[in-house]
Amino acid sequence: MRKIWWKILCIVIIFYVIIMGFMGPVPRLAIINESIRNTYFHVALWLAMTTLLFTSMVFSIRYLNKGRIDDDDIASEIAKSAIFFGILGCLTGSVWANYTWGDPWPNDPKLNGAAVGILIYLAYLLLRSSFEDEQRRARISSVYNIFAFAVFIPIIYILPRLTDSLHPGSGGNSTFGSYDFDNDIRKVFYPAIIGYILLGLWLAELRIRIKQINRVREEALIDAGKL
Amino acid sequence: MKRISLILLTLLAVSGNLFAQAAEAPVAMADKLREDGKIWVVVAVVAVIFAGIAINMLRIDSKLRKIEKELNIK
Repeated sequence: MRKIWWKILCIVIIFYVIIMGFMGPVPRLAIINESIRNTYFHVALWLAMTTLLFTSMVFSIRYLNKGRIDDDDIASEIAKSAIFFGILGCLTGSVWANYTWGDPWPNDPKLNGAAVGILIYLAYLLLRSSFEDEQRRARISSVYNIFAFAVFIPIIYILPRLTDSLHPGSGGNSTFGSYDFDNDIRKVFYPAIIGYILLGLWLAELRIRIKQINRVREEALIDAGKL
Repeated sequence: MKRISLILLTLLAVSGNLFAQAAEAPVAMADKLREDGKIWVVVAVVAVIFAGIAINMLRIDSKLRKIEKELNIK
């Protein structure tokens, strides 16, 4: 993962999304008007977050399988960048909701579900920080991470669809795919998701490397008998 | 890998023209902004900001690489 090409790809994709996201053609819809362009920036953020959390869970499972501490480092740092995206997603969603639904935080099951989901993952970070022993921390928080993802998906994607929600695809609302999601949007939306995923991985990778550097230096100190 | 991405790229290019949109209803959009051409200024500003962030991240990346080389990590 230390290769540079996917980082360049990430930058190129995000530039494409920024330029096409503002200038590209979009369907003309009442009430949301130009704010449909938020699909590229807000909705893509959530999908990237979900993908990152899934990746984090995969590495947690791998840690439990193989017991290598590196896998736990990767899982926790990817989860951290996913949480970062989630908080940004809540904030951007609030701005969008304020101007289209008339309230920065309407009592919408999807919003409350997202908030609960983020709290669950904040608890994951809290759990991690409460252990001194590395292996113990890794084992328990890996198990927690798997459960957290298993709760997160129903809370954010399934439950809101069973009740009335303002978000598309819930209650009586149609999904994005059926009416408004034309090919012009798809051409920017899918690259946007990939761009965000790569950006999240990049952020996580930087932190993983710092962690590894710290570990190597600590070991060197222990070898030298200074600790 | 190369062939698959080439096929995907052609599919993407072709799919754009398949569904022409129906007649437009008069919905308020930022047409004026685009006519005046000034929206490009905003796009440019956002692009510059992101370029700054990207350069910053690349520099952190290269700094980390230097430290890793010193410590002989992979």
